[in-house]
Amino acid sequence: MSVAEIAPPATAPARVIRQAPPVHTEPPAVRIAIITVALVFLGLVIGLPLVSVFVQAFAKGWQTYVAALVDPDALAAIRLTLIVAAISVGLNLVFGLVASWAIAKFEFTGKSFLITLIDLPFSVSPVVAGLVFVLLFGSQGLIGPFLQANDIKIVFALPGIVLATVFVTFPFVARELIPLMQEQGTSEEEAAISLGASGLSTFFRVTLPNVKWALLYGVLLCNARAMGEFGAVSVVSGHIRGLTNTMPLQIEILYNEYQFAASFAVASLLALLALVTLCAKTILEKRLTREH
Amino acid sequence: MTIDVVGVSKRFKSFNALDNVSLHVRSGELVALLGPSGSGKTTLLRIIAGLDWPDAGEVRFDGEDALARTVRDRNVGFVFQHYALFRHLSVFENVAFGLRVRTGKDKVPDAAIRARVSELLELVQIDWLADRYPGQLSGGQRQRVALARALAISPRVLLLDEPFGALDAKVRKELRRWLRHLHEELPVTSLLVTHDQEEALELADRVVVMGHGRIEQVGTPAEVYENPATAFVHDFIGETLALPAEVRAGRLYAGDRPLALDSQGTADGPARLLARPHDVDFADPGDAPFAGRVLAVRTFGPVRRADIEIAGRDGPVVVEAAVPLQQDLATGGLIGLLPRKYRVFAASA
Repeated sequence: MSVAEIAPPATAPARVIRQAPPVHTEPPAVRIAIITVALVFLGLVIGLPLVSVFVQAFAKGWQTYVAALVDPDALAAIRLTLIVAAISVGLNLVFGLVASWAIAKFEFTGKSFLITLIDLPFSVSPVVAGLVFVLLFGSQGLIGPFLQANDIKIVFALPGIVLATVFVTFPFVARELIPLMQEQGTSEEEAAISLGASGLSTFFRVTLPNVKWALLYGVLLCNARAMGEFGAVSVVSGHIRGLTNTMPLQIEILYNEYQFAASFAVASLLALLALVTLCAKTILEKRLTREH
Repeated sequence: MTIDVVGVSKRFKSFNALDNVSLHVRSGELVALLGPSGSGKTTLLRIIAGLDWPDAGEVRFDGEDALARTVRDRNVGFVFQHYALFRHLSVFENVAFGLRVRTGKDKVPDAAIRARVSELLELVQIDWLADRYPGQLSGGQRQRVALARALAISPRVLLLDEPFGALDAKVRKELRRWLRHLHEELPVTSLLVTHDQEEALELADRVVVMGHGRIEQVGTPAEVYENPATAFVHDFIGETLALPAEVRAGRLYAGDRPLALDSQGTADGPARLLARPHDVDFADPGDAPFAGRVLAVRTFGPVRRADIEIAGRDGPVVVEAAVPLQQDLATGGLIGLLPRKYRVFAASA
């Protein structure tokens, strides 16, 4: 049978649509009601708090806002947060990439156990995660005496904060990559190798470019969480002002000391980060859906 | 380049993918590995390419041990079933890939890469698509890119895994002819995996019929069609009309009735008489070795087929027979079947 015989006359569909609207269309009143409820809810739960952060931050004028941000302790907190985020995002980028590569492209025993292990940080309370590191590396901890004898500081110092952050943010990159890599399969890698590419060259020329947007997406979420992490970092940091306080910890301290304007000023930076993350995420999602 | 496969076996967990398979492919030949899914044909192709490793056996290229070399160093062109084009690279860069990854003393200068890729794209007749991405191409165009990419490394062995499997019938036929032409132009030994018998019979110099991890028959298209070595080959290649029978003391019986047909030396026991539908004539029910009731008659174009129910050992069997256009056949009536040319195989085979 030829195509022409199957296809209906070209004029027919338009008329049909005008006569009978699609059955899934609700009456306008219902539609408006549903959308209003959704918007009001979003506004109350997300929009209002976000706006109030900025309102509170600027409540005593922008001079106070700037002063709060250039305060040495605040600057130290910002610097520490950036350092911790840079290190832990970097580490998780490598770990996540390697882990998802191994899981998606190779068969080995213990694979499902590894997948479960990657999800662990999502199911463990961050406070417990922080506590684990204190119990391991603290002065009363398992390796504590050894560390003390060799004058290595982990808990209440940068390494501890980084470790806690890495633990909490570990799943983001791997979770983003594993499903995509599994879907893509191994045939492109096989093609590359059969064309004479080495393993490393195959990874950098084929595997990595195929997941680059998903990787960036994972890194973005990982970074947002790394900068905003409170629980785990709070346990291992020791709250030493100007030394081991990250931005979330600094915000809490300022708030507890009734320095609301200063507290919200620092908080506004984190809120800004959230907004930037959101924008970047939207752009990346568009790229991701366009390519797959 | 000759390819020798000697006693190759491969197991996947409890599944026997290849069972002691041996095959010799002559230089410059185009050989089709034909079989149903699960027959081990793709596994054999992947082992020859070096993408899989056999549990036992040898693979030799021109007498040299190929298993000592990885897929990287075997210099085989492999065309994957779903093309496996690099989705993030343009058509040009896809074809250039095999040359770009060469480093050190093998490094190919950019100008030489450009010249070679242009030449290949012209050869596969898609030079106007050089800047497109795989996602923007039709199935047939992707197939041509995959082939050009595999040919870029000047392989002496070309392995194709279901090269036309994902294409529609018309494009498939066109590409088939074109591939045959290409094979003749290039100094290459080609091995092609397919489950499409028409493709194998039309394209290949020799056909290797595989089933259940073994080679059932190797021969020219005419040989495997005209003289199938086993019942499996007869069933798998071409249309088969299977009639139930039994061999007793070297003679053929249908039920209790002795038949005036040759048992062809088949051992005593239940047997199947296999014939091509066009080799079975209609006759008066009383005169013919087999008789049955006509269930339905269908006509498509020049072909007429009838479903005929025949009494078998374990209840009625329905066979599909070819009906000459001038023959009148009433549904519900009795009709006799007289095989002119047939093969007898033991029923268990």
